[in-house]
Amino acid sequence: MTHYLFIIIGAVLVNNVVLVKILGLCPFMGVSKKLDTAFGMGAATTFVLTVATGASYVIDHLLLAPFGLEYLRTLSFIVTIAAVVQLTEMVIQKTSPLLHQVLGIYLPLITTNCAVLGVPLLNVANKYNFLESLVFGAASAIGFSMVLILFAGIRERVDGADVPVPFRGVAISMVTAGLMSLAFMGFAGLDKYQ
Amino acid sequence: MLTAILIMALGAIVLGAALGYASIKFKVEGNPLVEKIEAILPQTQCGQCGYPGCKPYAEAIAEGEADINKCPPGGMEGVRKLADLLGREVKPLDAEEKPKQLAIIDEQLCIGCTLCIQACPVDAIVGAAKQMHTVVESLCTGCELCVKPCPVECIRMEPIAEKIDNWKWKYPVFEIKPARRAA
Amino acid sequence: MLQRLFKFKGGVKPATNKAPSVQAPIRIAPIPPRLVVPLHQSIGGQPTPLVEVGDRVLKGQRIGAADKWVSAAVHAPTSGTVIAVEERVAAHPSGLPTLSVVIETDGQDAWIERHSFDHASLEPERVREILRDSGVVGLGGAVFPSHVKLTPAASVPMDELVINGAECEPFMTCDDLLMRERAEGIVRGVAIFRDLLRPKRVLIGIEDNKPEAVAAMQAAVEALGENFEVVAVPTRYPAGGAKQLIRVLTGKEVPASKRSPEMGVQCFNVATAYSAWRAIAFGEPVISRIVTLTGNVEQPGNWEILLGTPMQEVIALAGPKADTNRFVMGGPMMGFDLPDLSAPVVKATNCIIAGSPALFPPPAPEMPCIRCGACALACPHELQPFELYWFSRSRNFGKAQEYNLFDCIECGCCSYVCPSHIPLVQYFRFAKSEIWSRERDKNMADAAKARFEFRNERDEREKAEKAERLAKAAAAKAAEKKPAPAETPPAPAEAPAPQTVDAEAAKKAAIAAAMERARLQREAAQPKNTDGLTIAQRKEIAEIEKRRAPLQAQQQTTPNADAAQTQNSQKDQQ
Repeated sequence: MTHYLFIIIGAVLVNNVVLVKILGLCPFMGVSKKLDTAFGMGAATTFVLTVATGASYVIDHLLLAPFGLEYLRTLSFIVTIAAVVQLTEMVIQKTSPLLHQVLGIYLPLITTNCAVLGVPLLNVANKYNFLESLVFGAASAIGFSMVLILFAGIRERVDGADVPVPFRGVAISMVTAGLMSLAFMGFAGLDKYQ
Repeated sequence: MLTAILIMALGAIVLGAALGYASIKFKVEGNPLVEKIEAILPQTQCGQCGYPGCKPYAEAIAEGEADINKCPPGGMEGVRKLADLLGREVKPLDAEEKPKQLAIIDEQLCIGCTLCIQACPVDAIVGAAKQMHTVVESLCTGCELCVKPCPVECIRMEPIAEKIDNWKWKYPVFEIKPARRAA
Repeated sequence: MLQRLFKFKGGVKPATNKAPSVQAPIRIAPIPPRLVVPLHQSIGGQPTPLVEVGDRVLKGQRIGAADKWVSAAVHAPTSGTVIAVEERVAAHPSGLPTLSVVIETDGQDAWIERHSFDHASLEPERVREILRDSGVVGLGGAVFPSHVKLTPAASVPMDELVINGAECEPFMTCDDLLMRERAEGIVRGVAIFRDLLRPKRVLIGIEDNKPEAVAAMQAAVEALGENFEVVAVPTRYPAGGAKQLIRVLTGKEVPASKRSPEMGVQCFNVATAYSAWRAIAFGEPVISRIVTLTGNVEQPGNWEILLGTPMQEVIALAGPKADTNRFVMGGPMMGFDLPDLSAPVVKATNCIIAGSPALFPPPAPEMPCIRCGACALACPHELQPFELYWFSRSRNFGKAQEYNLFDCIECGCCSYVCPSHIPLVQYFRFAKSEIWSRERDKNMADAAKARFEFRNERDEREKAEKAERLAKAAAAKAAEKKPAPAETPPAPAEAPAPQTVDAEAAKKAAIAAAMERARLQREAAQPKNTDGLTIAQRKEIAEIEKRRAPLQAQQQTTPNADAAQTQNSQKDQQ
């Protein structure tokens, strides 16, 4: 059990997908202007990442490994993830308009996101089994959402601040992200007790 | 090599077929985005964007055909809101921004031709053939569509005057005095 | 009776400065030569004017009628002649004009016929109507029509009626003097309110820095044998805010989403109660009010002033000192600078303060917010002004509303305590009016959309109906035609061609003839409405005719123009 706990804490805090691994920066900078869109994006990413890790594990172990085609991993992962996400988006749109309103416009945005591709590849690199892969995927996504929401909260406030003119807009956001990244480095200290 | 090609092709076919099937099976009519865009537009129905009304323009924006800076009555405020909703860049307005206006018919000149009544998209002009027409102020959106059809040029646009009912507190501005230099 | 008092959070204790204006009794101001009575003096709809230029009006005559339920009538403050009904500068921070009735007074001060009522024998509905038509509104400064507040909530029993004599604003003493001198009238007015609302208790709250007023009110209550409780409440600004006074006296906190009647409480100002009593018992509408004139003046004091008296004449009564540079209407905490001294005294004018640089030093420069939280401690509504400021300043109005901007009563406590001298209330007022304006725009857009959609629908329906009619007509024609060939024997082969040509030519000729006839008729017909016009009007007509001439010429040269166009230009000619 502690094994899973370590995976979760490691993925959420110590090796945060955005601030430490520097993956998924486009939505991190792009969809963090408002708190509610950040929530939507976070929820969508959590959903997609969990589905993507599961699907890519199945592809990797049932299709690629038996035929010795590991070198096609990146390509096949991208295709599979994109297709699965598109499929689920359509199903959600038809069956649950409410959920689609929350996740809707963000789902297609992240189908080919680097975080979504990176996490399944990390799973393979870490030699996780199916359950571990799912837990790692979900935890990474939770880490992503948390950071995104924190960042959106900060940006909403910075919007009202008297930022010096040359720093307005993306520049101050970058500075903020850098400071957040520095702060998350502190969690590396947790590693000692692993 | 052949297995690789076969497997990738198989995967592509299976996924493609699934997606194609789903797109037919789970087809949804209407685009919820259109409604959101339309809620931002000022509903003047003026056609200054090049589309016959606010809804067609909203549809065009949602389809990605139209730019978001084509709505002069919405002003920069509207462009900013649209950019926010759609995640696009804020662009300067395509035309000059005007204050909100009101159509006024010079009742001395009006000949009662009903052309402006036909042109008004919101039925804000009342009158009948050969009778004097007048604009219902509270309903006029200031779209200027009635100005052109008038054969005797008796309609003019006037900016809405500030009255006590629509007066706004101003943004607090303070004079910045230059700091006195020590002599 | 021992009264348990509660506390409200926050508040400040500014120097009260009330002593100078309570030395003299209430004096009656002289009738000015001209009165400018704005029609819109209360919250709600603008009353419709009932008089025209040249009308003679009597004192107390209704000159503006309430146009709907939330509105109150306006009356002539004295007898005289109406010399204008036009836009005049209003007593409003904007200094913009509002529709006003200008009366030249005749000095006779002749009353219109007055009827006194016995409210106990009347239907409550009728009493409310009388109050509305007497123009009784909240005289504490909010000018909300009183009759609306006197309608008890259907579901909640009324527990307490709170009468507000706290008068917490510095400088202001009009309610204090009114309670000292006319306590009996106030108590009788409160009795009317009590009979309408039927509360379990009546509480009269007066700040404890007015012991004379408390004593006078207590004496009046005892003399009239009422069971009202006169309560001295601790002096702390803004104890006179309706929600604050309710909180102090009853312990009830009125949430943002509710109005006080839903909590079983209602609150009225003492001056409102007094004017209600005058209206019911004497048939005297609200035509004057007591105004405190104080600040940088020679003779501070309270005057009973006719509504509509121009400010400069009011100020002259007190004699402003030489270094006076501004005049504030209302108190120093919530009032505003009068933009124009020709603005008249209105029902909301409770106090006019002459200000000098010594009395109100110019505000210190605004410094950045250091988020010290002093404003949050001072806010009587437990808001976070520093957050509201942050979002109002950056025009993030949605967020400002999330932080309950609209619960702000603009009491000014936050600005008063701010160590950075930030005029917080100005930012809140800006944000509020900006949000209101957006709401108006949004409503207008929705209405326009609905009308546009309806119009489109109607157009389509009409088109469909027309198509249907045409189809029907065509079908009928076809039905007529069908039997025709059967009856008439087929004509020789060559015959039809020249016939049709002839028919077409004949038709064309007929049309041309008809058009010519119509033109001749038009030219021959003399418009009947041109007799007895002024020269200017004739000139105008000539001008229009001149403009039409080219159109007419164009139409005559191209008689076969597009049908719609012809139709239109014909319409023009007519």
